[in-house]
Amino acid sequence: MGAVELLQFALAGLKNGAIYALVALGFTLVYAATGAINFAQGEFYMLGGMLSVWAYAGLGLPLPLAGLVGVAMTALVGGVFELLAVRPRKDGDLLAIIIITVGGSMVLSSAARHLFGPLEKALPAFTSTGTVSIFGAVLEIQSLWILGLTTLAVVALWYLYNRTSLGRAMRACAVNRDAARLVGIDPRRIVTVSFMLAAALGALAGLAVTPLTQTAFDVGPSVGIKGFAAAILGGLGNPIAAVAGGIVLGMLESMSIAFISSTYKDAIALVVLLGVLFWRPQGIFGASRREKV
Amino acid sequence: MNSKSSAALDISGLSAGYDRVDVLRGIDLTIAPGEMVTLIGANGAGKSTLLKAVVGLVPPAAGTVSLFGKDITRMSPERSVREGLALVPEGRMLFGPMTVEENLRLGAHTRDAEEFAAERDRAFELFPVLSERRTQSAATLSGGEQQMLAVARALMARPRMLLLDEPSLGLAPRIIAEIFAALETLRTGGLTILLVEQDARLALRHADRGYVMRTGSIALHGAAEELLANDDIRLIYLGAWRGEGE
Repeated sequence: MGAVELLQFALAGLKNGAIYALVALGFTLVYAATGAINFAQGEFYMLGGMLSVWAYAGLGLPLPLAGLVGVAMTALVGGVFELLAVRPRKDGDLLAIIIITVGGSMVLSSAARHLFGPLEKALPAFTSTGTVSIFGAVLEIQSLWILGLTTLAVVALWYLYNRTSLGRAMRACAVNRDAARLVGIDPRRIVTVSFMLAAALGALAGLAVTPLTQTAFDVGPSVGIKGFAAAILGGLGNPIAAVAGGIVLGMLESMSIAFISSTYKDAIALVVLLGVLFWRPQGIFGASRREKV
Repeated sequence: MNSKSSAALDISGLSAGYDRVDVLRGIDLTIAPGEMVTLIGANGAGKSTLLKAVVGLVPPAAGTVSLFGKDITRMSPERSVREGLALVPEGRMLFGPMTVEENLRLGAHTRDAEEFAAERDRAFELFPVLSERRTQSAATLSGGEQQMLAVARALMARPRMLLLDEPSLGLAPRIIAEIFAALETLRTGGLTILLVEQDARLALRHADRGYVMRTGSIALHGAAEELLANDDIRLIYLGAWRGEGE
């Protein structure tokens, strides 16, 4: 295999990895706030695409505005989902919350099917359907958008976490919920905000991908599993690790196509997931769990 | 003693527990504004549970708690801190991976951003070592520095009433002296303090009054000097100290 072909696979891996990273960040945010896995995260990805298509084709909004509406509405759905389905479970029982999110994901995808129909939907490319050539390898302009938006989202999230009062409160809650309450932080509010942010990140990924791959009511679970695998691979609860996990997973998938066969591409995420859970449950970037203080 | 309506903290008939086992049974305790009161007693007597029930981390089963005349029974901790009640919890409960500065900022969560700098400087004045450590993560501090940070973090909310749960635990005498000197400074500044301590002698030396807790209820209370002189107290709670450090 030539260097150009390898680069071609690497670029495809990077693009997919960026998508997985956004979805993985959603898992990480909700995990940090609740300690639970939100299995409805893939549905937020689906809703991001579907609601943007609805705003664009249904309402006739210009594409940038339609995308904004799609992401904002998904964030709202995420918040309402938390308030109606998760918060009533007052004892915070993790298994119960996880099962609630599994049920919620079915409700969300069924609702999408009823509202928007079973057919695949598409959006035009954000700027151009053209491609750019990078050392002989070809990349769609839309993929540049995906990489750019992911970078922007990561920077924005970093800023939120490290430079704002809300972000500090979110981190404090993840470290010690009772201590956070003692300084005046309401953990329930943090959980709601985390669900909204997780939904917005998933929606952004779904929106950015729709011009390339189309979307439908049933795209959520497969992306959800990959985002989950990426989050586990990096180490749950750490945003930077979630991004790294996403990129690594995208690359692994791409390289498996390059060197083995495309047949196994979708199995890679599951193999990674199982492998990490067996041998390194704290993730590749996670420190071994040792709580001081 | 002051009447109940003017008390800084008034606990009346308070019962609480976990899983239907009562750890506290009908606690009555009153603190006047500006007083430093200590709550002593053996391990497992329910001292920590009492503090948790007062701030709202443990829901009371019966009784009332009022703070400067306002009923705060069953108020959540995130609300009661806004009423001027702060707890320095058992085991410090710092935000370990976060820096000293961030811990203090979080302590000031209920305050305006403009007030933070002044409040932080006041904390640094009280515990100068914290200003040298401001960019270090809390988990890398020594035990004494961590306890100072825990106190400073609670002060950032500008409480009128400060509860402390075993601030001397596991610390060297020199550090303990420093922390208690800071508590004296705070008391002189008008802060009302309820101090839970296992080191009864230390606590009674600094406090105005003391309450002795035994298996979930108040066994006796009185002026600190009286309790220090009380033969039963000497035997049960002070007996283990063989004149150490004197």
